[in-house]
Amino acid sequence: MMNLTLKIWRQASSNAQGKMVDYKVSDIDGDMSFLEMIDILNEQLIAKGEDPVTFDHDCREGICGACSMHINGEPHGPEGATTTCQLHMRKFKDGDTITIEPWRAKAFPVIKDLMVDRAAFDRIIQAGGYVSTNTSGNTLDANAIPVEKKNADMAFNAATCIGCGACVAACKNASAMLFVSAKVAQLSLLPQGQVEAKDRVRNMVNQMDLEGFGHCTNTGACSAECPKEISLDNIARMNREYLSASITAED
Amino acid sequence: MASSSGLFNSSIGRKVAMALSALFLLIFLVQHLTINFTSVFSEETFNALSHFMGTNPLVQFVLQPILMFGVAFHFIMGFILTAKNRAARPVKYAQFKGSANSSWMSRNMIWSGLFILFFLGFHFYDFWIPEMNYKYIEQNAPVDDRYYEEVVHMFKNPIRVIVYVLAFVFLALHLLHGFQSSFQSIGARHPKYTPFIEKFGKAYSILIPLGFIYIALHHYINQL
Repeated sequence: MMNLTLKIWRQASSNAQGKMVDYKVSDIDGDMSFLEMIDILNEQLIAKGEDPVTFDHDCREGICGACSMHINGEPHGPEGATTTCQLHMRKFKDGDTITIEPWRAKAFPVIKDLMVDRAAFDRIIQAGGYVSTNTSGNTLDANAIPVEKKNADMAFNAATCIGCGACVAACKNASAMLFVSAKVAQLSLLPQGQVEAKDRVRNMVNQMDLEGFGHCTNTGACSAECPKEISLDNIARMNREYLSASITAED
Repeated sequence: MASSSGLFNSSIGRKVAMALSALFLLIFLVQHLTINFTSVFSEETFNALSHFMGTNPLVQFVLQPILMFGVAFHFIMGFILTAKNRAARPVKYAQFKGSANSSWMSRNMIWSGLFILFFLGFHFYDFWIPEMNYKYIEQNAPVDDRYYEEVVHMFKNPIRVIVYVLAFVFLALHLLHGFQSSFQSIGARHPKYTPFIEKFGKAYSILIPLGFIYIALHHYINQL
């Protein structure tokens, strides 16, 4: 059982001034997930009539990408390839002080406390992260179109991105290149996605820039902190695709 | 319906431009070191090469302006990128553990770059401005064997030698990230070639600055 001090960013609304507030939690079990620890804090706050800490969460199985805490200076905390919900308290020691902040990026404004608005990612997807094929009612067998095994694997790996935004949070420039490149690669590596590949990469990068994300300095922080370990290969692929699409574009 | 704001107004385009100017400067460094290094073993060769570089119109009026533009472009774009990247995170983290996921060099390119800029100012004051003054303002007659003496004399001063050594340590740090990063920015990444580019980049980033450091120390020690 652990007793911990939590330093948590509290901000009443998007326009309010926020600040770090200290809280104590006691009797924390090592088998609890990080979010269960926050649940215990919130129970205490509610019992005292205080405002509980707002945070994003959904599946708590490490697959949805909703949870988004910046813990002790790293997105999703110190454990590699892990979302905050899958981070267990056994990774901390009795008496630790844990700093918990929201993702920090101009394109991810704070809604309340630890919850940020990640709609910028949705708008990037809307700009081109899809294939314009009507698939309802006439689904083809997956093997009807031959796909090279290597490309199928790379597309699958890119598609494991859960869009949590840890890449943006970890990047010193708040760049979204890892997310956008994964979403570009998962489609451009497959025959169905190649038809619209040139417009897609230009539109998605254009939207990424409009949202106010930073540039890619190739530090590799995004991939190192990514819960799904999305590779920097995707960023190089997107750079290539964008360069050739921009040079050959007629509009 | 693609409505891109144009290649070089995009974030990727700016990084491509940064990488291309970097690759150009990487080639320049090899040329600069090769010529300077002859001063270690042959006074005549160094004088002959310096005289050629200093008087050949193609070098002076075509290559030199291109180099100036490349250097200025790399610095100015570096400042623009840094300003835009800082603006992308208006509220800073209370705690940010960059060392957990990235190298010091990759996170501090602007600082190693700024030290190199400071050195370049010093370098221009030392060599380039006197040289331009000698040739084009005072319009002295060309003397083809003055270069070696001038260079060697410069390295008599230990403070200058210290500034030189420090500058090339920062250049090494800058290149250790920058070399392979410039390839990534233009999309040149391949399972077969990238490991070679990374290894070659590491060797380049250490050996080239070490060569410049060696020249400064060689001339300093010989005059003790």
